[in-house]
Amino acid sequence: MATEKRNKEEEEVKTDDGSPKIKPRPIVQLGIFLVAHSPVFSVVFSAAGVLALLILPLLAKNTYISENALMPGSARSMLSNRDVSDGSKLVKDIKNYRLNHEGQGVEVQKLVGKYMSEMVAEVYYQKFHPEGNQFHPLHFFSGPDSYTLLDNVSCASYGVNVAGIIRAPRGDGKESIVLVTPYDFINGGDYEALSLGITSTLFSLLARVTWLSKDIIWLVADSRYGDYRPVAAWLSEYHSPSFKVSDLLKCGERNTADNFRRAGTVAAALVLKVDGRSERFEDTLSIYAEASNGQMPNLDLINVVNYLAVHRQGFYVKVEKVVSLLSSSWLKIIGEIFEAVGKLAHTLNPDWNFGIPVADYLEGSATLASSLYSQALGIPTGPHGAFRDNQVDAITLKVSPRFPPDSKTRQHDFFLRGARLLEGTIRSVNNLLEKFHQSFFLYLLTSPSKFISVGVYMIAFALLVAPLPMVAASLYIEGCKALTKSTDNPTENLKSWKWLDAAKQVFALHLFGFIVTLLPYFICQVPGQHSPSNRSIMWGTTSSSLLLITFAAIPGCSPFTSRHHGTHWAVLKSVTISAAFIGLCLMSIINFATAEIGALLLVPTCLMAQPIKPALRSRRIKSMLGAFCSMVLLTIGFPVMFFAISKGLFGEGLVGLSLGGEFWTWLESLWAWKSATYLYIGMVHLPCWLLCLCILFHPS
Amino acid sequence: MASLIRSWIPLLILQSFLVAIAFGSKEAEEFSEALLLKPLPDRKVLAHFHFENRAPPSNSHGRHHHLFPKAISQLVQKFRVKEMELSFTQGRWNHEHWGGFDPLSSMNAKPVGVELWAVFDVPQSQVDTSWKNLTHALSGLFCASINFLESSTSYAAPTWGFGTNSDKLRYGSLPREAVCTENLTPWLKLLPCRDKDGISALMNRPSVYRGFYHSQRLHLSTVESGQEGLGSGIVLEQTLTVVLQPETTSVETNMQPSWSLSSLFGRKVVGSCVLAKSSNVYLQLEGRLGHESKNVDTEIEAHKLWKNADFDLSLKPDRVLRESSSLLFIFDIDKSSDSEPFDLGLTWKLPSKWSCQQAPLQATRFLMGSGNERGAIAILLKATESQEKLPGRVVTDGRCTIKANIFQIFPWYVKVYYHTLQIFVDQQQKTDCEVLKKINVSPSTDKVSSGMLEMMLELPCEVKSAAISIEYDKGFLHIDEYPPDANQGFDIPSALISFPSHHASLDFQEELSKSPLLSSFKEKSLVRSYTEVLLVPLTTPDFSMPYNVITITCTIFALYFGSLLNVLRRRIGEEERFLKSQAGKKTFGLKQLLSRLTAKIRGRPIEPPSSDSPAAQSSFLSSKLIFKIILVAGAAAAWQYFSTDN
Repeated sequence: MATEKRNKEEEEVKTDDGSPKIKPRPIVQLGIFLVAHSPVFSVVFSAAGVLALLILPLLAKNTYISENALMPGSARSMLSNRDVSDGSKLVKDIKNYRLNHEGQGVEVQKLVGKYMSEMVAEVYYQKFHPEGNQFHPLHFFSGPDSYTLLDNVSCASYGVNVAGIIRAPRGDGKESIVLVTPYDFINGGDYEALSLGITSTLFSLLARVTWLSKDIIWLVADSRYGDYRPVAAWLSEYHSPSFKVSDLLKCGERNTADNFRRAGTVAAALVLKVDGRSERFEDTLSIYAEASNGQMPNLDLINVVNYLAVHRQGFYVKVEKVVSLLSSSWLKIIGEIFEAVGKLAHTLNPDWNFGIPVADYLEGSATLASSLYSQALGIPTGPHGAFRDNQVDAITLKVSPRFPPDSKTRQHDFFLRGARLLEGTIRSVNNLLEKFHQSFFLYLLTSPSKFISVGVYMIAFALLVAPLPMVAASLYIEGCKALTKSTDNPTENLKSWKWLDAAKQVFALHLFGFIVTLLPYFICQVPGQHSPSNRSIMWGTTSSSLLLITFAAIPGCSPFTSRHHGTHWAVLKSVTISAAFIGLCLMSIINFATAEIGALLLVPTCLMAQPIKPALRSRRIKSMLGAFCSMVLLTIGFPVMFFAISKGLFGEGLVGLSLGGEFWTWLESLWAWKSATYLYIGMVHLPCWLLCLCILFHPS
Repeated sequence: MASLIRSWIPLLILQSFLVAIAFGSKEAEEFSEALLLKPLPDRKVLAHFHFENRAPPSNSHGRHHHLFPKAISQLVQKFRVKEMELSFTQGRWNHEHWGGFDPLSSMNAKPVGVELWAVFDVPQSQVDTSWKNLTHALSGLFCASINFLESSTSYAAPTWGFGTNSDKLRYGSLPREAVCTENLTPWLKLLPCRDKDGISALMNRPSVYRGFYHSQRLHLSTVESGQEGLGSGIVLEQTLTVVLQPETTSVETNMQPSWSLSSLFGRKVVGSCVLAKSSNVYLQLEGRLGHESKNVDTEIEAHKLWKNADFDLSLKPDRVLRESSSLLFIFDIDKSSDSEPFDLGLTWKLPSKWSCQQAPLQATRFLMGSGNERGAIAILLKATESQEKLPGRVVTDGRCTIKANIFQIFPWYVKVYYHTLQIFVDQQQKTDCEVLKKINVSPSTDKVSSGMLEMMLELPCEVKSAAISIEYDKGFLHIDEYPPDANQGFDIPSALISFPSHHASLDFQEELSKSPLLSSFKEKSLVRSYTEVLLVPLTTPDFSMPYNVITITCTIFALYFGSLLNVLRRRIGEEERFLKSQAGKKTFGLKQLLSRLTAKIRGRPIEPPSSDSPAAQSSFLSSKLIFKIILVAGAAAAWQYFSTDN
């Protein structure tokens, strides 16, 4: 930015004097050169940015265990058949109980609690209220303890978590490891019960081992109201209990507040889920790591699980990927090109081994896309997100066995391997003297064993946004020149204040964006039940009327006023681009993936935006094409439109009239999860998009 | 070794006799050893070794001792220690299952790590110096980093919250100190028989450290003789408390495991330490068992006490003492020998269940909040089941109350906001004056002293739970103040909860207990319990790459100051004039030559070197620049290519 400013000064000196006498310094020369040729460079940089994004799967590195203390797999597993039979017995008991007593969840919880206490664990039950997420604009970025406890709690619906703690025999009780198994006590399927079996097997072992140095907490989360909420409720009770009396405690016969037990600072957490049958020959293990706002757990945790699952227990490990990308032909062509280039490079120098096969490339980019998407959305992909909100590293492991749930013989082997995997992971975390800090926190996964660190993936974003300041500077100079020509009045010729009018307009639209961002809160306050579509219509109408008011109230803001002395569109575009640049850079710090996807949308739109009238008047193919492109980009850039397109891309089918309602629901989920993406859409993307619209219909 | 010691005994006796004659002291030094075994309700066994060494007041200025360790007496003489206690602990005392209302637990349930407190008999101004010297001396004596307690940020001077009212008391604890055999060995060296003979021979290191709780304690107190010219006597009490898990083969889970000394420790007792005045083994059976038979007079009934339907003892007890809720079997190990070692065993025949008496309120402490910013410390007091039955309720103004003292040290980097103290009783927030009877706060000073909080709560007897929360901010440390493994977090030492109106003691019906262990149990001891150690994660710098940080900081500084200086001192007008004058002179040169050459080749007249449009010039200059860049990049690529080939 500093260079940019200097460039401008330098440029002005030249235009004033007219004669080049000073020999500019090299860095200034470079700056002038870039600004002077900004159209070329902006195309080159943007293309390079997209290319860098496409090339990322090639640059992925193999993961490695960074923290030496973890030592995964170095100890022999101590699990015995007795432990496994304990687990099997629990699963059998639960099944029998569920068959005999339909819909009595509390009794199943008691059964689990009984098993825990038989393993010499300290057991307690925690009641929680299913509704916790309430959008409040002032609490957007505040911590997880901002759940306002509802005063009028009804006893009709509440969940009960069961938790058991095994104290480390010789430990000092300062740290603990949490194991979570979400289980729906009323409607839980047979597969879900298997996760209880695995954890029970492990718990039975941990109750008698002597090597524990951290306490182990096993939380059976009541997933009747979703996976996330019970875990979040338990964590908020763990970390920020309210000592005041709560109405919830009066519900049911068991008083739960007094016996809530804790076990020190949580070092790490593992969430185990068993679902569905594996489609592959092996048992499948899916790792989910993305927490709220694109936060990731320490890479070492994933590494340990992946290492143990692949090299010790023979699971097929995968991470989420966008399946539709696997069959896309354009990506396949790109992959083939990269493969060919890689082969060519290999023939030139045998040390250059960056080429990867097309299949690997497709897999890698599909995983990368999913990783980017989940991070950008800012919604946790599982109950582990609740832990990350409390600064605890956690991942969700979803295991799919290859056998039907009623197969007894396979079940034994499955329990043994699942419990061994967890045992090894817990043993590694137990070895840790310090908290996880050695490995990466900022990374994208392209496969369970490959990652792209922040230093590499930043390049794509940096290239993408690099043209913005260049173009802004060149447009500013252009606009200044045009203004100087058009106005003869010397008082208006104060050159350093030419951007003020444009800045006013930009500021007004950003303010508008801010208000639009807050509007849903007030719409939610409107009494009465409204469908999401109605709400979205309410939102749309209020927003557009607000927009009209903005245009009316601030002169020179509207694109429809045909004032000749209004701001020049180039200056306006320059300020818009600067605002977009600042917004994107800020967002890249908060949530990189959002900024990356946002830049992919916003940068071309901002760069291509130009008044449509002169282009139509000139009737030249080049300018007509430009206008068409900018119109297309603007159409895609409209948030609702982009939402619909991405829905179509992810194979969920185009939605018809209910689009508004779906969009509303989607946004509601974003703010309910306190995703910064919501703020980005409202406060950066929407104003910039509107400004581009203003430029498009600029009367000049 | 035993024979060696035995050969020394006549000599020692002779010497002591001579010394006694020479100095005319009335009492001789005494040493006694005892071992208390106690099955615990959760299928574990507690073993409590107790050694007491008494040095009577003498005018010998502590130079000559027969049994008493010289190191300790020198310590007492040098630093004028009036009373001192040092404990090394590993593991947590389970108040729920192992009891919290008996003298054993109130004296031996200690916080994790090292705890040291001492009362000095010096003028007030010298107390801190004595404390510092004492920590160093103990550090050397016990191979532990007790010297870290020297720093004024790690100890405090409790006034009344600790239980001992003295202004010359200093208290400090090191929660992270690892306790192992190198601390036990110097501790054993203080015993006259070390671990070679007598009860201490049972201390097989692997079995002692395999336990669930391990606490070695050293308590010394001076006894004023009251006579002119006579020094003060010293009583040194050394205890080792371990909780062991007997190995069982039975699969039945509700059956108590049977054990013997040899199965617990892997060793047997062969004879007592000959220097000991008394050496006994006690077996305490608690709960339901004690109530069974009230009046035991005949031999058969006495026999029934140790061989009955419930359990079997492998040896016949020498005596049986009855307490209100427990039975105490006393064994004398003098009779045992190499051929007939003392190996007490307990065999359970029927499943039995009992519970230990618990303190009136059970205390837990935890941290609230997460992340690196703010947080709160909460202490939760919960009423135990046995609260109703306990004596020690105080009725003031017609209200029945339980008193509880809370004593807590905060390290300075945990900046506690004392005004945020909140007290909730039975989930109702109470104002301070309602329950808080006394409070003493000494705030911490950054890098100088730690903070201390002493509170006396007066809670109603029917209280179910009470919570105390206090908020804090996390401070920043200087880079060289971080301990090793800083990323683990920082420890807040245990808080001490004591109940000043509750005293624990064992009340034996017979008045015949001469043993120091039993007399210490008979004394009323304050009921106290320590809470957990807390781990506070603080912001830690990235220790692995300070170089990167330095580099980036320096770069930013250089950029900033460079451009600032440039703006301040450059005079553009002057430069322009200078360049103008230069341009007049500089007409020939390499550029001129080149342009002439190209003109010749092209066959055109020489163009003037200065171009009209700035853009053209800038593009000309930058194309040259680009050429240069490409040249450098090409050279670099070529070098890379050839260097990797080799």
